[in-house]
Amino acid sequence: MKFIVAVIKPHKLDQVRDALTAIGVHGMTVSEVRGYGRQGGHTEIYRGAEYQVSFLPKIKIEVAVDDASVERTVEAIEAAAKTGQIGDGKIFVYDLGRAVRIRTGEQNEEAL
Amino acid sequence: MRAARYPVRWRPASQGTKGGKNMLETWGRRAVAAALAASALVWASAAQAQEGIDSGDSAWILTATALVLFMTLPGLALFYGGLVRANNVLSALMHCFSIACVASVLWLIVAYSLAFGDGGGANALIGGLGKAFLAGVGKETASGSIPESLFFMFQMTFAIITPALIVGAYPERIRFPAMILFSAIWLIVVYAPVAHWVWGGGWLADLGAMDFAGGMVVHVTAGVSALVLAKMLGGRRGFPSELRPPHNPGMTMIGACMLWVGWFGFNAGSALTAGGDAAMAMTVTHISAAAGALAWAAAEWVRFGKPSLIGIVTGMVAGLATITPASGFVGPAGALAIGVAAGLVCQWFTGLVKQTMRIDDSLDVFAVHGIGGALGTLATAFFATAALGGFGLAEGVGALQQLGVQALGVISVAAWSAIASFVIIKLVQALVGLRVSQDEEIEGLDIVAHGERGYDL
Repeated sequence: MKFIVAVIKPHKLDQVRDALTAIGVHGMTVSEVRGYGRQGGHTEIYRGAEYQVSFLPKIKIEVAVDDASVERTVEAIEAAAKTGQIGDGKIFVYDLGRAVRIRTGEQNEEAL
Repeated sequence: MRAARYPVRWRPASQGTKGGKNMLETWGRRAVAAALAASALVWASAAQAQEGIDSGDSAWILTATALVLFMTLPGLALFYGGLVRANNVLSALMHCFSIACVASVLWLIVAYSLAFGDGGGANALIGGLGKAFLAGVGKETASGSIPESLFFMFQMTFAIITPALIVGAYPERIRFPAMILFSAIWLIVVYAPVAHWVWGGGWLADLGAMDFAGGMVVHVTAGVSALVLAKMLGGRRGFPSELRPPHNPGMTMIGACMLWVGWFGFNAGSALTAGGDAAMAMTVTHISAAAGALAWAAAEWVRFGKPSLIGIVTGMVAGLATITPASGFVGPAGALAIGVAAGLVCQWFTGLVKQTMRIDDSLDVFAVHGIGGALGTLATAFFATAALGGFGLAEGVGALQQLGVQALGVISVAAWSAIASFVIIKLVQALVGLRVSQDEEIEGLDIVAHGERGYDL
């Protein structure tokens, strides 16, 4: 099993969700995070004073999939989240040791 | 000089005390209920302005009182609340609210009497204690054409908002006991005497200083004291290079809008009558607000590339602060000029204080209120003249002569505010300490001083 973490631009969330649903991935966790890579931040000005805002709002999606689905999941996220501009984000793939469905007690692949 | 047993509002000698009142309106109201002779008698006594409570005037000033209280609660509170960091929002609201309560009580106990009472031999400088606890003032006691208890209340709302303005100098780092103690002493030692000098029959009133609604009494006192306090307190952690921006500009705008509406009570209410004086004061107030907002936004657009929401509402406040002393004396065209000047000059001063002088007057109290009030007070000497669309200076007084009086007023009020504030701050520092620790400042005053969080995210 693999645990896929994707940090994407917030407005791409719906598109990524639809793409994942289309390939059969039906569960995910989404959180609002801040971050930057090469995008850097921006400057805000209030009453003549400049404020450097380095951390930009992003969305982090976490989804657990079985090994067979990893490749198409990563491709689906990449295609849906891409705009071509800096700040599109990154996808990380972790090994997942164990998974449990709390309601039923199903383990590992059955829990996904 | 008339005995200042009752509050004296400056009016040019060429204007009758009730000359602005619409005679037809008075006639129409009285004629319905009374015989012709009684109507004529009531009309004549209304024109005297010292006898009899007028229900029309009272109704307006009752309303104006509520409007001015609304400016502080919650107008100013929200305005400041949005400008601080999220973990300090409650403390900004708390500062304004608690000052409102403290000032109200002190106004009753002693400050009203000091401001508007008869000081006997010392009346040039301060009132006496004869009206402490509103002694001798009953339901029928009149002050001009309104009940004195109403005049007391209306003036109280000014006494509330003035120390509340100073909140902008010290957010995010002042100790709560220090804030309360400073505000309480300041009200008695700075606000009450200055109010007495200008409005309570003191020496500036004797000289004919023109301050319709508080350019000197409210804005110069608060602005200068704020600057002194900000300097002595020291800046916020990270000032000036690593500050956090305002956490909720939308909240600030909501508060600013309440200030605009409430200011109608502040300036138009200072006419103390319901009629042409109040209406014209409202008109010039509004024009100056709009002009100040546009001027500030335009200047920002040019200087920084974008007109901001916080900028445009700040320009509006600058326009309002600047028109305040002039609001009973200038015409609408003059108000337009005053508003534009306010938007540009006050913006320039925000940069001067923060970037050049390196003083963390965090929410720009001096630049907007101190400079605005001073600018408006001086501008009154010119824009009150008939030539510039005003309603006239005192008989025999020219613009330059009046300018001298206005300048003397601004300088003396500023000097007294600065010196007294310095002493009060030293005292407060010795008694309770001024500033929270750096760790406390990082955590935020909401949790540290009040045990609460503004947002549950």
